[in-house]
Amino acid sequence: MKIILKKFSKNFGQVEVIKDMDLEIESGEMVALLGPSGCGKTTTLFAICGIHNITSGQILFGDRVINNVPTQERNVGVVFQNYALYPHLTIYENIAFPLRIRKMEKSEIDQLVQEYSEMVGISNLLSRRPMHLSGGQQQRVALVRALIRKPNVLLMDEPLANLDAALRLRMRSEIRRIQQETGITAILVTHDQVEAMSMSDRIAIMNDGKIQQISTPTEMYSDPKNTFVAGFIGNPPISFYNGVLQKNYFVGTAMKFELSEATLSNGIQEEQKLEIGVRPEYVHPNFGDEVEGKILFIEPQGRETLYDIELDDGQVIRSIQMGSQQYQMGERIQWGMDHKNILVFDENGENIFSKLYGTSPKL
Amino acid sequence: MEKHNSNRISTIILFVLSLPLFILYFFFFLDVFTVPSTDSIWPESFTLVHWRFLTETLSGKPSIWITTLNTLIFSGCVVAIVLVLSSTAGYALSRLKMPYRSQLLGTLLLLHSFPSVSLLIAIFIILQMIGLYDSLVGVIIIKASLELPFGIWIMKGFYDTVPWEIEMSGVQDGASRFTVWYKLILPQIYPGLAALSIFSFISSWGEYVLPFVLAPSAEQQTLSVYLAGLLSETTAVDYGLLKAVGLFYMLPVMIFYIFTHEKLMNIYGGGGGSKG
Ligand SMILES: Nc1ncnc2c1ncn2[C@@H]1O[C@H](COP(=O)(O)OP(=O)(O)OP(=O)(O)O)[C@@H](O)[C@H]1O
Ligand SMILES: [Mg+2]
Repeated sequence: MKIILKKFSKNFGQVEVIKDMDLEIESGEMVALLGPSGCGKTTTLFAICGIHNITSGQILFGDRVINNVPTQERNVGVVFQNYALYPHLTIYENIAFPLRIRKMEKSEIDQLVQEYSEMVGISNLLSRRPMHLSGGQQQRVALVRALIRKPNVLLMDEPLANLDAALRLRMRSEIRRIQQETGITAILVTHDQVEAMSMSDRIAIMNDGKIQQISTPTEMYSDPKNTFVAGFIGNPPISFYNGVLQKNYFVGTAMKFELSEATLSNGIQEEQKLEIGVRPEYVHPNFGDEVEGKILFIEPQGRETLYDIELDDGQVIRSIQMGSQQYQMGERIQWGMDHKNILVFDENGENIFSKLYGTSPKL
Repeated sequence: MEKHNSNRISTIILFVLSLPLFILYFFFFLDVFTVPSTDSIWPESFTLVHWRFLTETLSGKPSIWITTLNTLIFSGCVVAIVLVLSSTAGYALSRLKMPYRSQLLGTLLLLHSFPSVSLLIAIFIILQMIGLYDSLVGVIIIKASLELPFGIWIMKGFYDTVPWEIEMSGVQDGASRFTVWYKLILPQIYPGLAALSIFSFISSWGEYVLPFVLAPSAEQQTLSVYLAGLLSETTAVDYGLLKAVGLFYMLPVMIFYIFTHEKLMNIYGGGGGSKG
């Protein structure tokens, strides 16, 4: 079922947590809400499922406004961060609880519980109690309990946060598989960008109670709307560098290079303050010679090696290169950037391409 | 090794310290079933004469069985009222947004620290005005209300340990707030309910002042008043009888305690609640 938020705002007393948020999630789509701690992800989720009343705006499921529909009738499945299993009930009773509330036939419940617990491979645990389950198993129980009553919408609040690294990797694909199998519309809250990118169709990136950008993972990486998104997505992170426009050239205190026609035709003016962003993989000895400085720090990562280059004005630009370490700490180097992939932001931190066209034309 | 030694030493010390108690209880049980001798600490012969109050009604006293029944009704009703009201009020104070919540909580503590004797005259007048003076119902209401602040406070503490998400999860699953409370939250604070019923049962079973002052007539008498009555006889006090009634009075609490003390200790040691 399609979920639409229209000018949704939420205040806690005097504090404005969400301001005029617009969000549209297509039926059957999985959207990740990604953002730093405290940006309002959980608040948004709780407003959708009805735990919080909203201050203003509208929430729609399909074309029905559900602002005033009580939580019980919204039919939303929620997986809480700590799973919130019922400790005094067995796994079977936990999963069956939403069905029993709906006064379903016993045989029908039996059959559904069997079917769903097999789907996530916990059918041999049904007689145990939650505290005798591992974190990953509890997570599956929580997921199945949310899904078994066929909700309109599935909401997950950092469902993988409490799992260890290996299990997190496995559950990532597992949750995605189940979401696609059931075709349910889902929102995943996370502050882990890898999780967001690998599990969702689209990412909505939030900061300060506002959605900064909604797009596919690839687009978000290659074409961030502003410096916040550019800085938040990507690991190792993007490097920024400040300068101004002078006669077709981007000029910083320790770097200067000619900007392409396409960039220049975006309404920037002489002496305008600019900030460029360049991802580490686009800084390389083969690309040219405008990045001149000494190597400040080297981080070998096995398959790749990460270099921090300090330019003469003290600003740092990162480069990641395939293979083992080739250069020494403190060595002076003169490398270049792949100009096609340099992002240019104006003084407000907005990408000058997307400001004009919505998306950036490839150069 | 050292730990073992210090354990043994503390056991010995504790034993010596509680020796007077053991001796006391030993003679207490001995006296109840024997005829005391005048010139020796050892009794003369076995007898059941002190237990005559069980089969015959003592002169000027109500039947022991009616008195016992009164005490049971009194304690049972107080426990029931305290349980029902504390578990609902505690939930409200722990979970529901309401005005003046913290002030209410503060007042509860204050009420709990009020000695009931200081309220006695006021209660007496009020009961007389509403016509509940000298009735078991009146005493039950008073005793229950005096127990409530403590009960509500305890229950609120137990509710606070139940994760909020469990409740929200229940609501998401389609259950009403009442169903969630009844089916998901209450079972998790079961240890708290058990503790509270034990405390309030023992407290009302031992209550003396309230029934003595507020329900003095023979038909309403509770065991504590009956026992005290034996002491204030105009003739010489029959100590054998007094001890036998005392033992009879203690028995239910002792039995109760034997069956529940493990649970009680659990509550003090582990705090109950849920570990999710
Ligand atoms: N009940 C509340 N009363 C007052 N302020 C609140 C309440 N709940 C949340 N907030 C505030 O709203 C902001 C957003 O909170 P929220 O829980 O939505 O953050 P989040 O994005 O989920 O963060 P995290 O990643 O740490 O879970 C925070 O600044 C928080 O302090
Ligand atoms: Mg959160």
